[in-house]
Amino acid sequence: MTLQECYLALGGNYDDVIGRLRSERLVQKFVLKFPADGSYELLLSSVASGNAEEAFRAAHTIKGMCQNLGFSELAASSSQLTEALRGGDLSGADAYLPAVKRDYERTVAAIKEFEANL
Amino acid sequence: MKGQETQRESILIVDDSEMNRSILADMLLDEFDITEAEDGAQAIDILQREGGKFSLVLLDIVMPNVDGFGVLLEMNRTRAIEDLPVIMISSETASAQIERAYELGATDFIIRPFDAAIVHRRVLNTILLYTKQKKLIGIIEAQINEKEQNNSLMVDILSHIVEFRNGESGLHILHVRTITDHLLRKLAKKTDKYALTDWEISIIGMASALHDIGKIGIDDKILNKPGKLTPEEFAVMKTHSMIGARMLEGLTVHKGNPLIRKAYEICRWHHERYDGRGYPDGLKGDEIPISAQIVALADVYDALTSERVYKPPFSHEAALQMIQNGECGAFNPLLLECLSEEAELIRASLAAEAGGRIPRHEIRNFTDATLHAKGTSASDRTLKLLDYERMKFNFYAELTEEIQFEYIVESDLLKLSPWGAKKFGVTTEIVCPAKSKELCEQLGAAWFEGLRAYYFKRITPENAEFHHECLLKIGGEERWYNVIMRAMFTDDIPPRIGSVIGKLVDIHEVHTAMEELRESSIRDPLTGLLNRAGALEEIEQKLKNYPERKYTLAVFDIDKFKNANDEYGHLFGDKVLCEVAERVMHNTRAGDVCARIGGDEFLIVFEHTVEIQPIVARIFHAICGKVGDFDLTVSMGIAEMTEEGESYKEIFRRADLALYVCKNAGRASYTFYDPSME
Repeated sequence: MTLQECYLALGGNYDDVIGRLRSERLVQKFVLKFPADGSYELLLSSVASGNAEEAFRAAHTIKGMCQNLGFSELAASSSQLTEALRGGDLSGADAYLPAVKRDYERTVAAIKEFEANL
Repeated sequence: MKGQETQRESILIVDDSEMNRSILADMLLDEFDITEAEDGAQAIDILQREGGKFSLVLLDIVMPNVDGFGVLLEMNRTRAIEDLPVIMISSETASAQIERAYELGATDFIIRPFDAAIVHRRVLNTILLYTKQKKLIGIIEAQINEKEQNNSLMVDILSHIVEFRNGESGLHILHVRTITDHLLRKLAKKTDKYALTDWEISIIGMASALHDIGKIGIDDKILNKPGKLTPEEFAVMKTHSMIGARMLEGLTVHKGNPLIRKAYEICRWHHERYDGRGYPDGLKGDEIPISAQIVALADVYDALTSERVYKPPFSHEAALQMIQNGECGAFNPLLLECLSEEAELIRASLAAEAGGRIPRHEIRNFTDATLHAKGTSASDRTLKLLDYERMKFNFYAELTEEIQFEYIVESDLLKLSPWGAKKFGVTTEIVCPAKSKELCEQLGAAWFEGLRAYYFKRITPENAEFHHECLLKIGGEERWYNVIMRAMFTDDIPPRIGSVIGKLVDIHEVHTAMEELRESSIRDPLTGLLNRAGALEEIEQKLKNYPERKYTLAVFDIDKFKNANDEYGHLFGDKVLCEVAERVMHNTRAGDVCARIGGDEFLIVFEHTVEIQPIVARIFHAICGKVGDFDLTVSMGIAEMTEEGESYKEIFRRADLALYVCKNAGRASYTFYDPSME
């Protein structure tokens, strides 16, 4: 599996990220780091414990990373969640969290597969 | 870029996402030293500890603990934002957020997802821009510092002059200034009631040195009287505060200057008392400007602790005690508090100054030396260049034998080159040249007025040069000169003539040669009368210049001139021609035109206002008469100009026709033109 195929699998825009960051080596390095980032876990636990502010920041961070890495699908769903959570309101989380979960799991699965084949 | 190898700039990256930080770090790692902060609180901490080392901050907005705006707010509070550029990097796209970041002083805003090349370029640009700005600030600060130093130097010199006259200790001014400074700083810490900025404190400190300048206006006998002053003398002495204030008020040019304003307050009111019993105005409490209150206290303290002719020095402790007890005046309680709290520091500072005591004359020498040293490099070089130019100028002036001059309007001064002065027989510098006897004798009494009327009115800044050839009698010899002048205008609006430079070039030889050449082209070499071309030129000139005048033209032949030639030879013929010319010249006026226009053919044009027949008759008879054995007679035709604007050619044609008629009628006579001859 190439990095490009990995992007296809996780719903990302490979051309865009290469165009911006200029180096496949760098992109690969950051893609591989993505699953280790704690923001997703923080998001889930904050929602569970009712910490709307923390949940917003976590969603915002995921959104930012995904934008940087060109993970278009996850960037879109986490962006919707971020806006829903903005202003400290947790009630919107239920509507958007499933999509984020779905995209996140898909993304991480694709990265793991890519990593396994290196 | 040069220097980048040795001294790398540092960038602080603030982002809560490790990944986001490392993406940025990776892009910049090659050229910059990177420090990372995980959130706003950490960023503030790092900036506080080592803020000076960073050239740039890359700042995220949404972060736990303190967010990006919090960091900006803190940087505003510490004013770090003024020197340290911040580029925001965020996925926040709401314009309100971006706007807020800019309002808080962010230099740039980059929205995620970002392009690595753009981030790199913006980082570089921002750092370069700030580096340049820092350099410029450095240059300006250096200039301001220098100016401040010069100011303070001048104040020191001035106050030393006052001291010198007062016979006071050379250190009094210095002490007052030091104490004032301490009190002001303490007061600023205690209260912001007086809104004392660092800048104001330094101005008041400087102005304090001038507090006694009014003593310059007090009679020596009173000022330096060893014993106690009488009430009358004391009344005179008390005027020094008002005298000083008036002196400063008189500096109208600098009226708004903060230093002068503070010095005014201090001079006028440093003998007021907090309880209202002081002089000259009896101000009370905080009606007295704080600057004057503080200097008053400093003045008293130093007077107490210094030795005077009439008292030994009191100890520091005794002086404090006396002031606190109200034995030496009434002061603002807040200032007394400052004094007692700062007492130890003040004592130490004054002791340090006393240790470094420098005799007055050495201070003078030192200031002189400093002043001199400061300007040496530039002015020496300029002076040398000027000297060199002057030498060059004089050398050329001598060589060319030109009379070079410079007239300075403002001072009514004429400067002549050495050679020029010798030629005129005057000195090289003449004040009021219009009245110089030597110049008036040589150039005519009204030479200067003439020049002014003719020249000064004609020139403009665009057309400031003037050439004129004229005959001048310089050094007893009348010769032709070319006068070349150029006015130098001032920068005023409108511009005035500041000076006139120029030279008189002796062109006599060339001019004379030219004249001769010209003469020879228009004159008949044998008789000296005009030739045909010369006559034509002069007559046309007359008709053109004075078309309203009446002219009469006479043209005549010598009768039987061929016989004279044949009979007596050509030399005799020439003699006859010369004789005719002579007789014509004798019987016409200087303004008339007389010419030999052909072999024995002559022409006279004259202006007339009266009946012309008698004039013609007189000329005719004067010309006729024996030359040797030859019986000289002429035939003459005469025509008047009948209307204005008639051409020479037309008048000549009529006169010629009359001559023809005259000859046919038997010669030796004159005939007036008549239209019936046509």
